[in-house]
Amino acid sequence: MFDDLRDLYQEVILDHGRNPRNFGRPDSFNRTAKGDNPMCGDKIAVYLTLAPDGSIQDAHFDGRGCAISQASASLMTEILKGKSQAEAEALFGHFHDMCTKDDHEHTDHGPVDEEAFEKLQVLSGVREFPMRVKCATLAWHAMNAALHGEEKTSTE
Amino acid sequence: MSSHAAVRAAIGDNAPYDVMRVRQDFPILSRTVHDKPGRAGKPLVYLDSAASAQKPRQVIDAMKRFLEEDYANVHRGVHFLSQRSTDLYEATRDKAAAFLNAPSREHIVFTRNATEAFNLVAQSWGRANLKAGDAVLISGMEHHANIVPWQLLRDQIGIALKVVPVLDDGSLDMDAYADLLTDDVKLVAITHASNVLGTINPAKEIARLAHARGKTVLFDGSQAAVHGPVDVRAIDADFYIFTGHKLYGPTGIGVLYGRKEILDRMPPYQGGGDMISSVSFEETVYREAPYRFEAGTPPIIEGVGLGAAIDYVTALGMDAIHAHEQRLLAHAMDRLKDVDGLRVLGTAPAKAAIISFTVEGIHPHDIGTLLDRAGVAVRVGRHCAEPLMDRFGVGATARASFGLYNTEAEVETLVEAVKATKSFFG
Repeated sequence: MFDDLRDLYQEVILDHGRNPRNFGRPDSFNRTAKGDNPMCGDKIAVYLTLAPDGSIQDAHFDGRGCAISQASASLMTEILKGKSQAEAEALFGHFHDMCTKDDHEHTDHGPVDEEAFEKLQVLSGVREFPMRVKCATLAWHAMNAALHGEEKTSTE
Repeated sequence: MSSHAAVRAAIGDNAPYDVMRVRQDFPILSRTVHDKPGRAGKPLVYLDSAASAQKPRQVIDAMKRFLEEDYANVHRGVHFLSQRSTDLYEATRDKAAAFLNAPSREHIVFTRNATEAFNLVAQSWGRANLKAGDAVLISGMEHHANIVPWQLLRDQIGIALKVVPVLDDGSLDMDAYADLLTDDVKLVAITHASNVLGTINPAKEIARLAHARGKTVLFDGSQAAVHGPVDVRAIDADFYIFTGHKLYGPTGIGVLYGRKEILDRMPPYQGGGDMISSVSFEETVYREAPYRFEAGTPPIIEGVGLGAAIDYVTALGMDAIHAHEQRLLAHAMDRLKDVDGLRVLGTAPAKAAIISFTVEGIHPHDIGTLLDRAGVAVRVGRHCAEPLMDRFGVGATARASFGLYNTEAEVETLVEAVKATKSFFG
């Protein structure tokens, strides 16, 4: 019945959706931001630990959402570790283009880690589901806000 | 068994309500969705009537005919078409009055939608009758349209907003309601039927208790008015609101019923043409109710469409529609019980054919996308009732809502699609 939904819900997505990696509020972090999708009720929080040089040492998330948003957040936290701020922003730009634009409309967001971006290709199916794009990009928007927002420290 | 035969078997050969014939009145119901080159799509199973209902040919044709033959502005011209247009538009006011068993057309105010009707009451009646320290009593199952206008008024003039809690089965807590009818409460504004839970609230009892303590009573009939007969005099409502597009009519027109003596004392809501008797730069005299509340050129075409929609459901019979939908509801509730991990929000004894549900381990948004691929249109999300979602501890639900054209075969399609969704996410 759902054969043509396999492009949207690839096995990797189902796996990350069921068993999200880096899930939960970590004991320590120094940047955080919330993402809220009022249409579907998804709420997500991203927690980043930035090193003194600004690179992302660690990334976690929590919150609830659909399989797409959970998988996207999970994949994001995996690939962001060790990335510089510029690399993270470049990945976000390329990822956002992938979800929302045809190939010829993609713009230059700076050098991107091809191996990391390859992992995000499993989410390219949302391009055919305009109502689901926000699910895929929610965590990235929150990550971007955390990068640019005020520093917030937690030592719980 | 074909879907036709299944429905006939279910409702009985002699049943007066022939849903397959009814379906033929709705052109959109014969389309398929997700067609691809070389492959037919799925037949549309439309279970989202609580968001907006589909339109019968009678409504579509009435609006088309009106535009082709009778259209002009209303209440203005002395020419032939203006008179014709005015007569047709005002005839809908009579039809809306009869539909609600209101005494006359003077009780019927046309608005843009139900939401505007709430805002009209809040800004006109509310500002004239409420002061700082007064309270408006709503319930925990209100649509945002019956929450936010009162919050705006609260921030403007300092009223309080109080909330009647909802019980675990989705019923209104009537004991708490009685206790909440304190002196500060001047208006009770509660939904007649919940757009999420389906709960049909005891409107008559709500009004009786409120009136015994001198309160004014408003009901949100957006859902109740489409699922069964409404009698504003039997209920003893002071205000009653419904919207055209959920009643198989067009978007862009809503109805506010108001008790005439209350409407007559309310100041205008918006200013402009058509709502005045005379205008000078020094002084303007407003028209009588209901016209005083209808500034500017009204939704004329939509008004004619709403008239045709009221004719249509009246001809079918609101009692017959109610009975048909209740059969569908009972069948659907029974069949959904078989689905492991499926939880229905709202199991009150008096319930309209609206089923909100969650499935363990699968987000409603994913359910919506998969059901859609099976041709089944449901709504997913918060249903403009975020406080109610919080009350039941869910971020969102999937909602299947049934209308006068749905069939038991469609219930089966829904159930099978939910089961297939569960397998998919395994």
